[in-house]
Amino acid sequence: MSADGTNTLTEPSLAPAGSHVVLDARNIVKELGHGARKTRALKGVNLTLNAGELTLLMGPSGSGKTTLLSILGCILTPTEGTLTIASHPTAGLSPEALAGLRRRHVGFIFQSYNLFPTLTAEENVRIALDVRGERGSDAVVRAQRALQQVGLRHKLKSYPANLSGGEQQRVAVARALVGAPSVMLADEPTAALDSENGVAVMQLLSEIAKDTSRAVLAVTHDPRTIPFANRVLRIEDGLIVGEERRAEGVETVHQLARNRKRKANA
Amino acid sequence: MVNYAAMTFTLAFRNLFHDRIRLAVTMVGILFSIVLVAVQLGLYLGARNIIVSMIERSEGDLWVMAYATKNFEEGQPINARERFTALSIPGVAKAVPLIVSFTDWRKPSGGSTLVVVIGSDAEDGGLRPWNVVEGDVSGLGARDAVIIDKTYLTDLGVSNVGDTAQIGASRVRVSGFTDGIRSFTVSPYVFTTTNRARALLDMPADMITYVLIKLEPGADAEAVRAILRDKLPDSEVLTKAEFRDRSLNHWLFATGAGVALIGGAILGLVVGTVIVAQTLYSSTKDHINEFATLRALGSSSGYIHRVILAQAALSAVLGYALGMVIALTVVYLSERTALPIVMTPSLAALLLALTVAMCAVSALSAIGKVMRIDPAVVFNR
Repeated sequence: MSADGTNTLTEPSLAPAGSHVVLDARNIVKELGHGARKTRALKGVNLTLNAGELTLLMGPSGSGKTTLLSILGCILTPTEGTLTIASHPTAGLSPEALAGLRRRHVGFIFQSYNLFPTLTAEENVRIALDVRGERGSDAVVRAQRALQQVGLRHKLKSYPANLSGGEQQRVAVARALVGAPSVMLADEPTAALDSENGVAVMQLLSEIAKDTSRAVLAVTHDPRTIPFANRVLRIEDGLIVGEERRAEGVETVHQLARNRKRKANA
Repeated sequence: MVNYAAMTFTLAFRNLFHDRIRLAVTMVGILFSIVLVAVQLGLYLGARNIIVSMIERSEGDLWVMAYATKNFEEGQPINARERFTALSIPGVAKAVPLIVSFTDWRKPSGGSTLVVVIGSDAEDGGLRPWNVVEGDVSGLGARDAVIIDKTYLTDLGVSNVGDTAQIGASRVRVSGFTDGIRSFTVSPYVFTTTNRARALLDMPADMITYVLIKLEPGADAEAVRAILRDKLPDSEVLTKAEFRDRSLNHWLFATGAGVALIGGAILGLVVGTVIVAQTLYSSTKDHINEFATLRALGSSSGYIHRVILAQAALSAVLGYALGMVIALTVVYLSERTALPIVMTPSLAALLLALTVAMCAVSALSAIGKVMRIDPAVVFNR
């Protein structure tokens, strides 16, 4: 931990050779609520995401995972700190400009899929292109290709209600993928899935992460997802407290939380 | 453009038709509003047409009348010599006497009703009955002849040409029928000659109600009017447009009738707007997570506005089409009544514009709701 109390665990990142940083978050602090009810959800997080990597963010409930994911996806703005996505600093950007950054560089996968129930699978994917102003037959072809990539070429005209949970999550993956984002952020992508579908979705994310132009970050509680990750970050009490880089097979988990407690006890 | 609007339209369409009950409530709101506004404005237009019909149909470019005459039906007597004075003024081609007054019509079967007697000589071309469907204007030359409108046969207690009734102490005989000459006062018009009108109204021979001035081609109406005012200090001289506006102003606004009609139309718009706004807001609230997802996907505010506005526009077009079917049915049913509801292409276009505007205004609350979404809710479902 640095002198100013922020976590420097992931800096410098142990990125694999040839990859580059697509997301760089520095000293992220987020305060939620007002007045006496104000709380610090994030207390100075430093984090980089490298292209070609699937990173897992794990931690207990209330540790700040979702808040951090919201900030990394430009949905929330940090109280302090800086965020750079695909070389674009986000500081001082208006909500509309942040939305623009999101649609160009960020793909989301949600725990509850968040598909539009009145749209078909193909339309659900195509809408991600539509918000970017990409329309017409080319958009249809790209949406179909994305669904093919997730193994749902035969379900183009199916509505979400007629798809299984695993299929719905794969549609959501196709929707996140179709815009070729620099960063894909997944919130508990396997939480609503059975074991078989959970594995299938993680395999898919792992494959997607092999694209060297893209980084994938998944927030998860699910230990079954760990084997698919290149890197596992652990967050507790608003701070990154551990990092395990699995690609090299080197255990580099820093038990900062334990150390902090030990220090505090001392 | 089709491609550009495709997904916003698709989403709006599916959201709208997803909940049929809410769609039905929205349609009821728009239908209620359109029919009420159409009827109120249609009645307003109908009343307007009726009020101005006599003045518009006359050949008078200028009207000479007693001071402070409020409307066509309530003119006060002026001296008939005014006519000859007017004729002596350069630029005046014709000066036609016209007699107009309320009186009682005694039905052959007993009882009476108030009528407006209009005395004008057909050969002068001042104010002749039009839309004559039975008999002939020339028939007014016959003894006791009058022409009435078919709309009021029941009120006047006659049914055929040749039937007789009584005005004052004199007998009148129906020599013809017009069709569609209604009276805003609900007192039927009775057309006859000037001399017979005087007799029926017991009016002195040197009195008339109006002098209709027909100008010579190229004559300057304002210049002629200035001279007329100078030469006829006891009378008021109005242009046709001024008299029309004065009559309209009296019947529609001084009496409050027009205000009530326009007020009813505004009420219809307000109620329609509230109903549509409520249903659109509730629909948006139900789909709030989808809008939050759109926001998370990076859609601009404009994109989301377009989805909601497209939903409002679809509601407007659908509601308008259904509303117009009902409104036109009501218009058709009112055709034979004393105050028919009028539907013109302009009114139909105005109704469409009002419906679209109403739905657009209704969409504001829904847009406001969406703009307050915290996109982070997408992680909390």
